[in-house]
Amino acid sequence: MQIFEYNGSALVAMVGKNCFAIASDRRLGVQLQTIATDFQRISKIHDRLFLGLSGLATDAQTLYQRLVFRHKLYQLREERDMKPETFANLVSAILYEKRFGPYFCQPVIAGLGDEDKPFICTMDSIGAKELAKDFVVAGTASESLYGACESMFKDDMEPEELFETISQALLSSVDRDCLSGWGGHVYLVTPTEVKERILKGRMD
Amino acid sequence: MSNSVIEVPPKGGFSFDLCKRNEMLAKKGVNPPSFRKTGTTIVGLVFQDGVILGADTRATEGPIVCDKNCEKIHYMAPNIYCCGAGTAADTEAVTDMVSSQLQLHRYHTGRESRVVTALTLLKRHLFNYQGYVSAALVLGGVDVTGPHLHTIYPHGSTDTLPFATMGSGSLAAMAVFESKYKEGLTRNEGIELVTEAICSGIFNDLGSGSNVDVCVITKGGKEYLRNHLQPNPRTYTNSKGYSFPKKTEVLLTKIIPLKEKVEIIEGGDAMEE
Repeated sequence: MQIFEYNGSALVAMVGKNCFAIASDRRLGVQLQTIATDFQRISKIHDRLFLGLSGLATDAQTLYQRLVFRHKLYQLREERDMKPETFANLVSAILYEKRFGPYFCQPVIAGLGDEDKPFICTMDSIGAKELAKDFVVAGTASESLYGACESMFKDDMEPEELFETISQALLSSVDRDCLSGWGGHVYLVTPTEVKERILKGRMD
Repeated sequence: MSNSVIEVPPKGGFSFDLCKRNEMLAKKGVNPPSFRKTGTTIVGLVFQDGVILGADTRATEGPIVCDKNCEKIHYMAPNIYCCGAGTAADTEAVTDMVSSQLQLHRYHTGRESRVVTALTLLKRHLFNYQGYVSAALVLGGVDVTGPHLHTIYPHGSTDTLPFATMGSGSLAAMAVFESKYKEGLTRNEGIELVTEAICSGIFNDLGSGSNVDVCVITKGGKEYLRNHLQPNPRTYTNSKGYSFPKKTEVLLTKIIPLKEKVEIIEGGDAMEE
């Protein structure tokens, strides 16, 4: 049994024109049994930075708590929010610290950096960063997500078009994965607002 | 009084907290995850004015390509660069760490870093972890003593060579080098040979692919040619793209306006006592 397939997850983040979107599925399972259909995988670090954690849910929660703690310390010391690039480095360092006994999580980080430039990044469970300019995926549905995003993604999409694209990519990919699904949760972030939407998907 | 452990940011190095739990999981039949590797073809050669390093740009996670354009030539010092193959997190972490150590050393001595310094720092670290830090590196640079090219294996052994290849595509690239390398190559000849060797890896090795990155280091400076050659462009894109006229069904929408920045007006009225 693979450890990443214990809880099941699907995460995707995409870059648009001065905006980004990050989406996840909503299922929490214990192998083949579903125990929650409203599980939050994406958390807010600050107004312009979101973190999604796929993989083992218990490690995801622990890692999230540690990261929020470190970010709050940073805010107290520096009197400002962390930039997405800096946060990605922090997550990478925390994961690599546990190189020989890792957290079973794959984070997806999405944020708006300086001059409202969108930033997305993913890592493997020991902190190898992958900075992409278009989209990043993680979770049990990642293989389907790679395919869906490769074909559906376009450069410089406006926020509403980006929302449609990421939702379609997510829903079509989780339909092909038994361990994720039960709806979708999409955060669409532009410099002026954050739109949080819950999608209706197949509940099987 | 509760037995609370206050978590302060650690002093550095690895932490083995979760090892016991992970071992317990492994005994119960839960397989550990696979890490992102860099598959890879990395090469280096010495030409008449310095060193040329080359690398492909594919990062794999098992059989899936997770990054089609990653950077495998890492900065160590203004005159030293290092290509990395093996587990991606290990190559990135070890090159970043030694790069910081070299910077501190430069501040301490006031001199340009030497390639052998980087070599010794890397090999000591890798040997210390007995090969568990899975980083295979090709280190090249030009310092006061001349151009140098070294290979470093995950267990800590090193070689000093005029031309070197590492990674899963190393045999394909070495075949090209062995037949075409000669001493005293010019800059353009060197770049062409490195490109050919990496292309040989890209097309013949499944673990390597996408584009060719080249870095030329001479006494005068360095030239990092990112995506010097792109022999695998994406030609099948539908120009119209996908459009979704039928909207996705949404159950709930929540809009949170982000706070506007507070404006500070300079030269306002002073506060009255």
